[in-house]
Amino acid sequence: MKLVDGYAYVERLKELIYELLEERDRRREEGLGIRQATPLVKLGFVSMFKGGVIMDVTNEKQAEIAEDAGAVGVMILDKLPYDVRMAGGVARTADANVIAAIANAVTIPISAKCRIGHREEARLLEELGVDLIDESEVLTPVDERSHINKWDFKTPFVNGARNLPEALRRIYEGAAMIRTKGEPGTGNVAEAVKHMKLVNRDIATLRGYYLAGDYEAIWVYAKENKVPYELALLTARLGRLPVVNFAAGGIATPADAALMMWLGSDGIFVGSGIFKSQDPEGRARAIVLATTHYDDPETVAEAQKMISEKASMMGIDIRTLKPEQLMQVRGE
Amino acid sequence: MVTVGVLALQGDVLEHLQLLEELGVRAKAVKRPRDLAGVEGLVIPGGESTTIGGLLIASGLVEPIRELAEKGVPILGTCAGAILLASRVKDRVVGETSQPLLGLMDIAVVRNAFGRQRESFIAELEVERVGRLKVAFIRAPAIAEAWGRSRITGYVDHPELGRVGAAAEQGNMIAVTFHPEITGERRLHQYFVERIKR
Repeated sequence: MKLVDGYAYVERLKELIYELLEERDRRREEGLGIRQATPLVKLGFVSMFKGGVIMDVTNEKQAEIAEDAGAVGVMILDKLPYDVRMAGGVARTADANVIAAIANAVTIPISAKCRIGHREEARLLEELGVDLIDESEVLTPVDERSHINKWDFKTPFVNGARNLPEALRRIYEGAAMIRTKGEPGTGNVAEAVKHMKLVNRDIATLRGYYLAGDYEAIWVYAKENKVPYELALLTARLGRLPVVNFAAGGIATPADAALMMWLGSDGIFVGSGIFKSQDPEGRARAIVLATTHYDDPETVAEAQKMISEKASMMGIDIRTLKPEQLMQVRGE
Repeated sequence: MVTVGVLALQGDVLEHLQLLEELGVRAKAVKRPRDLAGVEGLVIPGGESTTIGGLLIASGLVEPIRELAEKGVPILGTCAGAILLASRVKDRVVGETSQPLLGLMDIAVVRNAFGRQRESFIAELEVERVGRLKVAFIRAPAIAEAWGRSRITGYVDHPELGRVGAAAEQGNMIAVTFHPEITGERRLHQYFVERIKR
């Protein structure tokens, strides 16, 4: 099964859930020449990020540095995750004026974060023309019980996940892209590695069931993990997540990026790792290079030489964080 | 069996590889100059043109691909690929860009011509010698002008912008501003493979 067959399936899934067949027929009768904001338009857009690096930025200047370094997109925040952690208090979506300024300064797609469950922050971002919305645990959640209904938006969403069931639940809510949660703002890639391996392990298990023809086991997996059977089966058939999956949380060096690509990520989000370092320009370029050529140790070594470990962000050992300081547990 | 390379620096490489394999050709990811050995046709996929352009230089692929084009090896560029094949590029909002290009085709391209992602769309259009295609335009560029050896071979009818250049040919090279590989449309790749075999 090809990845785009999976995309076509997700497109049909939306129609099934929302009974949009009538709406579709109505539009066809009207003879509208083009169709915007369908699931396929969203999934296809996100597919173009593959093999690339999306960089967290807080202003125009950083966005321009990211674009020049070869980022496939920028993620706009009010504060970098490390600073969110240090500042405490309530973290909200970025300044609307900053988002508008960055939109006019760079040619690459712009993303921005909204709080988990904050539908109106997401609407605001859509109105501002943001190309991808991150419903993010880095900001303070406003709804501990449920996420935003993302089928209801024209703009594609990315959501964090620590394991396959979380990822499939987010896809069922309409997310067009998944990223590992990691532990944001720590400069420590350990949690991202853990989450990526957990996702991979479950996919391998489901794939095994599928190849053995054991559909009952897939059914039990779906039931026990509170995920829709259709998406568990689709994942089993594809042998991968049905949407693009990036790594995020604690990536600070080219070697970190190469590690996450080797673990099967489709691409990389770098949060605090670049603009909390002392050498952002060179480091941004080096991480882009290592992400593309992760399977070529010579190039990763070359990229690693472009940065100085003395300039890397200090980082935080996750074991020193109190349970209430963990961001990854927000929104299961 | 024909071997077709897909430039695999960044973008929707997997979709092109899987589509080509379905058409019964050997599809090969190209990341380094050595990967071009034995390649009889090259696809430059969608992705971010600024990213792929920078990585073309960093990976030492600019001259090898130009030599391939001079030898007459067919090249197909989709979306970002079309931008990289063009010799003149500007952005609808930001204006003139100084991004690295292959500059192999006599076409001028406007990036993000239809707007931002919320304005992306799926449409049908007619491309000369290929037929009617159902494809995705994703933050797509437009082919504003073709001169010299190049010719526009397909237009999309957009409700607001009217008739917009979406496909061009120049000898062995094809540039399209859309994605047939996302909608599962096979005809353009079939046409491309037939040209390689000729």
